[in-house]
Amino acid sequence: METTALQHIASQVRRDIVRMVAGVNSGHPGGSLGCADFLTLLYFDELHHDAENFTMDGIGQDLFFLSNGHISPVWYSVLARAGYFPVNELETFRKLSTRLQGHPSTDKKLPGIRMASGSLGQGLSVAIGAAQVKRLNKDNTLVYCLHGDGELQEGQIWEAAMYAAARKVDNVIATIDCNGRQIDGDVDDVISLGDLHAKWAAFGWEVLTMDGHNFTDMKNTMAKAKSLCGHGKPVVILMKTEMGQGVDFMMGSHKWHGVAPNPTQLEDALGQLEETLGDY
Amino acid sequence: MTEFEILGNKDTRSGFGEGLAELGRANEHVVALCADLTGSLKMDAFQKENPERFFQVGIAEANMISLAAGMTIGGKIPFTGTFANFSTGRVYDQIRQSVAYSRKNVKICASHAGLTLGEDGATHQILEDIGMMKMLPNMTVIVPADHNQTKQATIAIAAHEGPVYLRFGRPVMPIFVKPDANFVIGKADVLTVGTDVTIIACGHLVWKSIEALKTLEEAGISVELINMHTIKPLDTDAIMKSVGKTGCVVTAEEHMLNGGLGDSVAQFLSRTNPVPQEYVAVNDTFGESGTPMELMTKYGIDTQDVVNAVRKVLARKNA
Repeated sequence: METTALQHIASQVRRDIVRMVAGVNSGHPGGSLGCADFLTLLYFDELHHDAENFTMDGIGQDLFFLSNGHISPVWYSVLARAGYFPVNELETFRKLSTRLQGHPSTDKKLPGIRMASGSLGQGLSVAIGAAQVKRLNKDNTLVYCLHGDGELQEGQIWEAAMYAAARKVDNVIATIDCNGRQIDGDVDDVISLGDLHAKWAAFGWEVLTMDGHNFTDMKNTMAKAKSLCGHGKPVVILMKTEMGQGVDFMMGSHKWHGVAPNPTQLEDALGQLEETLGDY
Repeated sequence: MTEFEILGNKDTRSGFGEGLAELGRANEHVVALCADLTGSLKMDAFQKENPERFFQVGIAEANMISLAAGMTIGGKIPFTGTFANFSTGRVYDQIRQSVAYSRKNVKICASHAGLTLGEDGATHQILEDIGMMKMLPNMTVIVPADHNQTKQATIAIAAHEGPVYLRFGRPVMPIFVKPDANFVIGKADVLTVGTDVTIIACGHLVWKSIEALKTLEEAGISVELINMHTIKPLDTDAIMKSVGKTGCVVTAEEHMLNGGLGDSVAQFLSRTNPVPQEYVAVNDTFGESGTPMELMTKYGIDTQDVVNAVRKVLARKNA
């Protein structure tokens, strides 16, 4: 898909995100806005998937797991815009009886979701398990997962990283949203991750980097990541993003990690984001 | 006198190992994961026969549980194996989110449960696991009584769609369940029919209760002994039927009083047919090093404790 077309979709996704969180005065806009470009690219240009015929087992389809479940608004918007469920359902986000729970769940059977997430650090293990089963099933499709950089403070991530390299799980592509922010402040101040590139490399992964707001760079990097699959090593992409990307007053701080805009702020934000596909 | 034929002496964990090996041969969807305790869990046979379906994860239980959850996607039936302590408390959040809430078809198989782990001491003797697991929505909790029943339960849970916690142990104990017995999840085994008192037991305490029968029957007490191998879903019909007849109940388990089988029975009876109940269970204390049998005696979950509890509950009933 052309970059302009992807940008077109991503702008609508960003509008959806701020409207969803403002609509219930809760949720996590910062990381959601930061990952809007990546998830748009993934679902509209990268994944082999069938939105209208979602199955839990996903045989013959690429799988995606969102490990940092709190950025559910961006995932829900992209899933809806890609055809997994009606766009109007975005209006129910976080409301009683909704399929769009605060953090993603399989409980309400929302198409597109295969695992609950929210409690951090579990999704890499899940993705690796699913990837190993794809090998058992002789299914050559891939498994993708997304993590926050703050999430890497969870020890289980490194259990999974060690395991995947030791077992040569080479059909998984993990992406880390490196926005450098978490709830309490900058990641470097809360608990520094040190040299992340060196850490993943030392754990035995192929490590790539990309600009999470540059579609050309992301397309090239994803192509490179896919070409590295099947060669005995898992692949991780360190994706540089800006928390709150697209809304000027939400960028440059951790402040909008988990805070919804008030009506005035919402109006300000929507003024900066073109309505392209039509609001829900 | 009720006679129970002893069919041999074995540990329940070996029953798990045999059941898993049989599943490996019969069901290509079964996969197994182990956190560096393959020998202790008796998973060697499965590993040897199905190397491509066996996943050694090392000492990383959290990773193991979430890997297993991921492996259900694509149609596999993962069985995880480690000690009960590391199968539950250590990985509660992984089980809660990725297995129970996500309703994944993972079988959490836990050995060395309770005090009868013995000499390793309290760090490894978990007595809270039944409580933790039964509190999770969607979770089935099974505590088989002997070697044969553990094998039967292992095979049965593969055919059950949904999360299961299967708890077994280390000590060699008498086998009394017939090798061809039909294990039905949620359907209790009535071992003796009686009219004075109902004993509801699980795990190793079923055998301890069988031992107690001798003394009780000699004293002229008519005991209905129920092997409640499934803690959740609880066979409330069996409880209702028996307690309606006997009017009192003793529950017996190798678990903390808080949160165990006795709790489940009391919760049911308090709403339907409140009767005197006594508990044979560990009461709010950690264990310690010792032989399994020494520990059962010291912590009040031995044969004599079952006898004493029956006498006490009968006195209350007849007061």
